[in-house]
Amino acid sequence: MTQDPRAASQQPDPSPASSAASVAAGGHSRGALSRVLGSLSAAARLEVFLVVILAFLVWWGTQLSPFFLTWSNFGFSIQDVMEISIMALAMTPIIITGEIDLSVESMVGLSGCVLGWLWASGVPLEIAIPLVLIVGALGGLLNGLIVARWGLPSLVVTLATLALYRGLAHVVLGSNVISNFPDDFTNFGFGYLPGTSVPWTLLVFLLLAVVAVAIIHGTWIGRQVFAVGKNKDAARYSGVRVAGLKTALFVVSGVVAAFAGIILTARTSTASPDNGLNMTLAVVTIVVLGGVDINGGKGTVPGVILAVFILATLKSALTQAGMSTDYQNVAIGLLLIFSVIAPQFARQFRVLVDRVRLGRHRPVRDPMPGEVVR
Amino acid sequence: MALSAPANVRAPSRVGTLIGQAARSRELTLAVVVILLTAIVAILAPNFLSSSNVISVTALTAIIAIAAVGEALVIITKNIDLSVESTMGLVAFVVAEVLKGQNLPVPAAWAIGIGLGLALGMVNGLVITIFRVPSIVATLGTLSIFRGLTYFVANGHEINATDLPAGYTDAASQTVFGVPLFVILAIVVVIVVGLALRYTALGRHLYAVGSNADAAATIGIRSRWTVFMAFALSGMLAGVAGVLWGIEFGQLYASSASGESLAVIAAVVVGGVSIAGGSGTVVGAAIGALFLGLINNALTVLSLPQEWLQVIYGVVILFAVATDAVVQVRTQRARARSRTR
Amino acid sequence: MSEAKPIAAESVAVTSAPPPVALAAVSKRFAATQALSDVSLDLLPGEIHGLVGENGAGKSTVVKVLAGIHQPDSGTVMLDGKPVLIHGPAHARSLGIATVHQEPRLFPDLTVAENVFIGHALTGRFGSVNWRAMRRSADRIFESLSVNIDSSAIVRGLSMADQQLIEIAKALSIDARVLILDEPTASLSAHEVERLFAIVRQTRDRGVAVLFVSHRLEEVFELCGRATVLRDGRHVITAPTSELTAADLVRYMVGRSVSLFPRSASNIGNVLLDVKGLTRIGAFRDVTFSVRAGEIVGLSGLVGAGRTEIARVLFGIDRADAGEVLLAGKRVRFKTPSEALHAGVAYVPEDRHLDGLVAGFSIAENISLPIIPRLFPHLFIRGNRERNLAAGYTEKLRIRSTGVAELVEALSGGNQQKVVIAKWLATEPRVLILDEPTRGVDIGAKVEVHRIISDLAAAGMGIILISSELPEVLAMSDRIIVLHEGRKTAEISRAEASEEKVMFAATGQNAEETHSGA
Repeated sequence: MTQDPRAASQQPDPSPASSAASVAAGGHSRGALSRVLGSLSAAARLEVFLVVILAFLVWWGTQLSPFFLTWSNFGFSIQDVMEISIMALAMTPIIITGEIDLSVESMVGLSGCVLGWLWASGVPLEIAIPLVLIVGALGGLLNGLIVARWGLPSLVVTLATLALYRGLAHVVLGSNVISNFPDDFTNFGFGYLPGTSVPWTLLVFLLLAVVAVAIIHGTWIGRQVFAVGKNKDAARYSGVRVAGLKTALFVVSGVVAAFAGIILTARTSTASPDNGLNMTLAVVTIVVLGGVDINGGKGTVPGVILAVFILATLKSALTQAGMSTDYQNVAIGLLLIFSVIAPQFARQFRVLVDRVRLGRHRPVRDPMPGEVVR
Repeated sequence: MALSAPANVRAPSRVGTLIGQAARSRELTLAVVVILLTAIVAILAPNFLSSSNVISVTALTAIIAIAAVGEALVIITKNIDLSVESTMGLVAFVVAEVLKGQNLPVPAAWAIGIGLGLALGMVNGLVITIFRVPSIVATLGTLSIFRGLTYFVANGHEINATDLPAGYTDAASQTVFGVPLFVILAIVVVIVVGLALRYTALGRHLYAVGSNADAAATIGIRSRWTVFMAFALSGMLAGVAGVLWGIEFGQLYASSASGESLAVIAAVVVGGVSIAGGSGTVVGAAIGALFLGLINNALTVLSLPQEWLQVIYGVVILFAVATDAVVQVRTQRARARSRTR
Repeated sequence: MSEAKPIAAESVAVTSAPPPVALAAVSKRFAATQALSDVSLDLLPGEIHGLVGENGAGKSTVVKVLAGIHQPDSGTVMLDGKPVLIHGPAHARSLGIATVHQEPRLFPDLTVAENVFIGHALTGRFGSVNWRAMRRSADRIFESLSVNIDSSAIVRGLSMADQQLIEIAKALSIDARVLILDEPTASLSAHEVERLFAIVRQTRDRGVAVLFVSHRLEEVFELCGRATVLRDGRHVITAPTSELTAADLVRYMVGRSVSLFPRSASNIGNVLLDVKGLTRIGAFRDVTFSVRAGEIVGLSGLVGAGRTEIARVLFGIDRADAGEVLLAGKRVRFKTPSEALHAGVAYVPEDRHLDGLVAGFSIAENISLPIIPRLFPHLFIRGNRERNLAAGYTEKLRIRSTGVAELVEALSGGNQQKVVIAKWLATEPRVLILDEPTRGVDIGAKVEVHRIISDLAAAGMGIILISSELPEVLAMSDRIIVLHEGRKTAEISRAEASEEKVMFAATGQNAEETHSGA
């Protein structure tokens, strides 16, 4: 259902002896144009689908409340998901490489607590914040080293660090809660660009989103990420430093989670060991909803960005409908499972359409020598 | 023709038996550690072995152990169930609700609870086997969905012990010949499931599917059905744990049992069930639960900060997974070396 | 259905009953290759029937058809004289056909006894698994094979040899009528081979029909009553082994005119790569050779000889346990492929699908992958650099596609191989290792690949050519290193080389053998 990093606009080279020889491309011989259209449509298909969902949710929201489509509602709703969203940006390349980082929610809590503890100990925020980011980096480094260098499965490792970091958060603050942060700080968290309903944190997210798009879709780092996700061994044999790349991705995830923790602390004006609880679900949901294949190798950041807006709209609509956040989590859980199942149905549907169109059975591919047929 | 001394014709087999022994001794090692730990803590805090403390430790431990037995079934098939805490919470609350209504006899309420657990497990199983959603994603989703159902049932209320039939929670502190009732229940569960794993075709299929899914398919084992059963049974056992949770605590909230999935998974992994599937025993999982329950209680009794518990869970899981990996690498090397060339 | 091919020389005494298993005019095609053409073969009870042929002759396809993994395109498998369609491996097993594949398919976490009886566990009371009966049964089977394996051991720690024995025990436990052994001795020591033979003979004496597929001709003569030779997917001859010599077999396996490949003369320069006493436990031992600039060194040998393993060590994928490697005089020890790449070593892997290409990437993306940090030093991918690079190689190597943006999985095997080669050429290596570069590639593309290799050598690159295709090795190489069981058994110069000479060295005929004490 989704994408290679090559920009959809890249035209294929009209190679001289190619058209006749394209028959060699085992299968149908299609002209260059139809193939481009095909790939474009495949790329666009998902994003179009997401836009349709978004439109539907917006419409539904307006049915629920006349204030739905107002700027203030927009600002408020989007602010609610900004921490989760920036973590989703960092989670995207990790999932593309076939790994996962469950510990992000605990790093949110831990970083908030470290910040609170430093602040309560008299450390000025200008110094405390960078220190907290370093804590995030160290947490990510631990994940990365164990997963990338020791080769342990990221599922279990980050499950363990999920517990570990949450535990450390409790150790740092105990049952205390720090809430006497300065206004400058908290204004950043829940304040808006003066004169508008655009939250500061949205600007941060957009900035990071641009960076993410640029790196993942525009640089060779992103290219290597996709290579590792599509074929880890071939990538390694092609000189990609797989271990180093994965470690770097986990470090980034850790730093971003720490940053999200800082933002959350600012927004709620509270540093508590329970900050961030249950965020991992939402983060993974956004990434998967955005079209990133949970098994790795495929995905686009624009898809994830759309998913962010879908989630924000959904939450807002559900809030308008009177649903409490506990129930909203149910909706998110359903959304997660749906986003994994839906592409399968889409694929089956397309296979069916193909079959009808071709008027006969799709030619069954012969197993390659050595392949086991079951 | 290839040369070199036949070396020890026996050696290859011995490596195999050694590995077998090492694996089996995980349970033994853990049991020894548990005994040592008990001794140490008992020395440091005499009231550790008081009957009231023993009962309170073992009650929660038994509950986790039963849930861990179910989780072990799932992990043996190379999957994972993150939603066990929500199943426990939902079942506990539903059973309590039913009892509060006072329309049904207690055993009927229990049956409903366990049936509910089974149903929830089957939902997980269906999503994973029919819709091919990876278990990590599926159970991450149902973790929330089932919890949401609990909120729905709770509708803002909580349940107090006074809402329940008189003496309901006494069962938690009952003993039979000096052994707490819950412990007996846990032992029964471990024995029954352990025997089933060892002696039934389905039990062996769980191991086969987890050990080598491709070979299992070649043999003709129905992997999807096997995995489905693993989740169904696991759900049922989580239901049992949920029922016991209600009896133990009496006071129930919509958020009851939140966070216990970690304890359950940690118990299973520490108990020697490899996250890579195909190996491990429910006895190990139960001892793992005992080990972690001990640590939990030790923290309280020794007046150490409770916060360290999560840290310990995390470290313990990492350690267990790392050990598994090291053993694997060692046996690969041993095998390469025993290929005398 | 009658047996199509006449069997040369007198057959083994045939009973009036039809053979338990036979192939009748079976053909099978895989994409670009015709693996089997009209092959007929029968297996008689109480005989060990050898199946020989070069790599790619069709032996493993025969095995897979009998084992139910593949179904014939035409022709059929016959069971007791009746045509039958084998749906899958489980079906084959239920028909009494037991196969011991080259790679054992066991459950590493389960015990030996359980593995032997998996799928048909012995049950006791109430249908419960009867461990004691299984263990005793397994013990009895192993005893009857005079083998010392602990039935309660976990399979994971056992040697390859033991695992194979367990597979054989599996076959015996289902009372198979047909036992197929596919290259069973590839990973065994001499002692283990003897043990295996004794067991196979016992099995034969019980009336089982045994198909023994092997590269090792001396084993075929030692064990088999009849032997069949396949070549290029066709049946060449079936005859009693008493009437054949090794030389005969080699001739039948190989007999073809050596076709000419374009090989331009090149100036051979200094030593680029020096391999001294290289050893990797379990793979190869004490291998020494060198590669000069402009030279093509062919690395020949049978499956399991260790050639790919050597390449992997040279490229930094695996680590050596002893010995040293010198690149242009400097000692090197690569820890990752990335290091090897930077030092100027490139490796075109054996399996382009698994290791060589990234499916889902276009031609251009695959070609640029190893050098992409170099290609775009300012991080961002833009401009035409990548496209031009790919277009350049597309032209130079004559890669046929609809454009450099085409996904590689849409290309034919030959063109895919060219993309892999292009990818590595883009790194401008000094030493290029090619592992089976023309496998699964059609004739036209094959010649082109050879031309490319030849041109590269002429330009001063040092090339190691690993190939199981004798004509290719003979035509392309300046020198041929032959490996047998992880040891170098011959180094033959171009002038002296012949197919028979290489084959003899590859099957260990003229190896410097150091016999073990046992």
